[in-house]
Amino acid sequence: MTAYTELGAAAIASGVRAREAAPAELVKAAFERARHIGVDKNALNIFLSSDEKASVEEAEEMNERIDSATDLGVLAGVPVAVKDNIATLGLTTSCGSRILEGYVSPYEATAVRRLRAHGAFVIAKTNMDEFAMGSSTENSAFGPAKNPVDVRCVPGGSSGGSAAAVAAGIVRIALGSETGGSVRQPAAFCGVVGVKPTYGRVSRFGLVAFASSLDQIGVLGRTVDDAALALEVIAGFDERDSTTAEADVPLYRMSALGRPVPQALDPDMEATRIGRTPVPLAPPPGPATLEGIVIGKPREYFPADLDPAIRDLCERSFDRLRAMGAVIRDVSLPRTALAIPAYYIIAPAEASSNLARFDGVRYGLRAAADRGLQDMYEQTRSRGFGPEVTRRVLLGTYVLSAGYYDAYYKKAQAVRTLIAADFSDVFASGVHALFTPTAPTTAFRLGAVTDPYEMYLNDIFTATANLAGVPAMSIPIGRVHHLPVGGQVIAAHFDEYNMFRVAYALEASLGAEAHA
Amino acid sequence: MSHDRFEMVVGLEVHVQLKTRTKAFCGCSADFGAPPNVNTCPVCLALPGSLPVLNLHAVELATRAALGLGCTVNPVSVFARKNYFYPDLPKGYQISQFDQPLATGGSVTIASAAGGAEERVGITRVHMEEDAGKSIHDRYPGSTAIDLNRSGVPLIEIVSEPDMRSARAAGEYLRTVKQILQYLDVSDVSMEEGSLRVDANISVRLHGETQLGTKTEVKNMNSFYGVERALESEFERQCALIGTGGKVEQQTLLWDGARETVRPSRTKEGSHDYRYFPEPDLRPLMLDKAWIERMRHELPELPDARRKRLGVDFGIAETEVDQLTVSPALAEYYESVARAAKDGKAAYNWVMGEVQAALRSSGEDIRAFRVRPADLAQLLNLLRDGAISHTAAKRVFSRMAETGKPAAQIAAEEGLLQVGDDAALGVWVDEVLAEHPAEASRFLGGEKKLQGVLVGFVMKKSGGRADPKRVNQLLVSRAG
Repeated sequence: MTAYTELGAAAIASGVRAREAAPAELVKAAFERARHIGVDKNALNIFLSSDEKASVEEAEEMNERIDSATDLGVLAGVPVAVKDNIATLGLTTSCGSRILEGYVSPYEATAVRRLRAHGAFVIAKTNMDEFAMGSSTENSAFGPAKNPVDVRCVPGGSSGGSAAAVAAGIVRIALGSETGGSVRQPAAFCGVVGVKPTYGRVSRFGLVAFASSLDQIGVLGRTVDDAALALEVIAGFDERDSTTAEADVPLYRMSALGRPVPQALDPDMEATRIGRTPVPLAPPPGPATLEGIVIGKPREYFPADLDPAIRDLCERSFDRLRAMGAVIRDVSLPRTALAIPAYYIIAPAEASSNLARFDGVRYGLRAAADRGLQDMYEQTRSRGFGPEVTRRVLLGTYVLSAGYYDAYYKKAQAVRTLIAADFSDVFASGVHALFTPTAPTTAFRLGAVTDPYEMYLNDIFTATANLAGVPAMSIPIGRVHHLPVGGQVIAAHFDEYNMFRVAYALEASLGAEAHA
Repeated sequence: MSHDRFEMVVGLEVHVQLKTRTKAFCGCSADFGAPPNVNTCPVCLALPGSLPVLNLHAVELATRAALGLGCTVNPVSVFARKNYFYPDLPKGYQISQFDQPLATGGSVTIASAAGGAEERVGITRVHMEEDAGKSIHDRYPGSTAIDLNRSGVPLIEIVSEPDMRSARAAGEYLRTVKQILQYLDVSDVSMEEGSLRVDANISVRLHGETQLGTKTEVKNMNSFYGVERALESEFERQCALIGTGGKVEQQTLLWDGARETVRPSRTKEGSHDYRYFPEPDLRPLMLDKAWIERMRHELPELPDARRKRLGVDFGIAETEVDQLTVSPALAEYYESVARAAKDGKAAYNWVMGEVQAALRSSGEDIRAFRVRPADLAQLLNLLRDGAISHTAAKRVFSRMAETGKPAAQIAAEEGLLQVGDDAALGVWVDEVLAEHPAEASRFLGGEKKLQGVLVGFVMKKSGGRADPKRVNQLLVSRAG
């Protein structure tokens, strides 16, 4: 039997809406695939929690609605997986941490509510680096996840479980979260598509905060179209997140002919209305053409010591983009080298504050302590947090301390402004999108990277987009040996439309070569 | 021991709970007195993933307060996180404002010590923040209970300049600020319910010195009187310390009202590093200049302006004005009575006399008082027109307070309207003269001082209804 995930998410939903596929069968197939591939602790270790019985029952309930006139939604019957730091009802929201082991949220994240409102089923919560701090999913308190392409390798991180679930063919769509590349890098390592939207495009309500000014819920998809469909559903203003933009959400999906797919969303559905009027954009002029599009090649992302095999795959992509009519222009983002130092000050600083609520008082782990309040705090947090989280909380506390604030945090924020200016300058100069490698390496072996700083360098091509707030995505552009390589498309603030346009075209042009 | 050489320097931090229906960053009720932890949600419990959303009504009230305190409201202000661990602080940080507060640079004028000029106290800043929950240490032996109903309730903090030089001035400043906030209707300003809290910064220095001494921060006062007592006590302590060659240590002290003394706080405030940084979950607060101007335009009349106006409009003395303007409700009541009765002095006498006495004995609020200003004014008009006597008026008033009926109706029902017609009065006068022959003959014989006695007899006979003026005239004419 061919896996149901051989069909795209849009096709699955059409099948369900046309009463050709039963939601419960799709959910059962997803769990069947998960069992076949092995997702639990002694195999890929992708799922942290799932409830097959409850999911099947939920899907059967939709089976019953199929005969009524109700619109089942653009994701009708599509099983999805959600990173374990995004609040869901019924399943855990542990953030891959002992301190929240077994924690079940009494409310649901806006992004998850929107997925459900459009007919999707959340079938599992996925493994991740503890509190999203890491680039390999090895920092999970519940053991490392493994890469389905090669189980000796990491799936990347921190959204490693979500990327692996898509790569393993269990789901077409999964939610991840980004702070410095945590969707794009695992997407690259696992050979799937990963999108980090513009900061403010998707509500963070229900996303357990790591670094609030950088965090953004992102989407992993088997194809560009899966990711575009999911983003259309979850994007848009949310009154519960003051940092979401009130900007309208354009349609991102394009048909095989390269035209926007009309009416992807049902305007009558509550979740689609506020600030989400679909904006009609001029359809691209021809099949998968990039006529009139200027793509920047930023020299800082192609350093002399870049892995030649990765460079070659990027060059092949540039050739394809050029062949489709795009103009490739050499550009510079001169402050790129400052991104990692700035990122590793700002992110830990915010994290040290965001993680203060895990104090053993109201929920989660409370360690037995007999020497009073301070002792309880110390025992709880020492036992509840793993070494990487502890390192970043200490680092963040330090850089915010009186006497160090100006030298570190304030300076890092100034650097951040410069990095954002690099992007706005280049986009203001007539460049529609940038194309770069997503990560400097392919997936590495489990346990191979032990030095924290070496691990941080995984984010070197991705953290810039988080600092600047611009949208960026990774798509598969080929393999080195058998391991996937991702190419990154970056666009201007709220210009996911052009980002997707380039990604659709490149994906179509590469075809099977993207995975070879 | 005399400390005349030293001068007290005081600055006050006043936390005021804003009168909003819901909390500062979520939709939970901000009401006082609900059972523990009932008014909570994922946001004010700091559940993982929750985010704050600013209550715009709180911004409006904070802006009104800042304008009423003479501050400049900044078009851009920034929320910041104040980080510290405490069990009743669920997020591990308080959302406050730090280097870019809502408003800066205000001042209030306070009454002087007897005979002196009015004093000005500068207001450094007014910023918005959220309250923490409440730790309850004495309810469950061996445990501390946490009530998060108050967590996230909107506050403003009003920080004064170190402009006060005495405990009296500090008390005066607090009464002035409280009165202004009452007039602005932005808070219940009740120290008992915790909607107004005061921390005092105090230092001492030699008279004439311009540098500030090392300050201590005194907390835990539960009345304005307590603040004054605590300042006096701490002043004595610091003077004695310096006087004997010691040094004041910068620290936080708790006022113990029962023992009339301060003691060091258990937490070492000095070692706190709050690690402030801009709150990334909220955008900078941008206020439209036109909106700020509209807020300023819509401010109600403030106590100072009202005091000046009442003195001019109704011709009453400054001390009388002060009594009447203690609360906006009292002042408004008075003004309505005075305006309708066209007699500021009589209105003052009645409002501060009968009305206040009635409210004291019933415990009612003046806003719910049965005798509405128009009714009281009608009573004063009856009195002025001689339709009832002063004694009768008091009886009518107490019946009005009981029943809420209009004055004229009560006076008529109770037969208290004065009798002024000569035929009826003549009968009573003649009867009195007949019943008291000794006094009558002495009076008719020219002993004028007996006239008052005879008027008294007539009044008694009439049950207080006789118009004493007419009775006097009739007696004089009888004496011929």
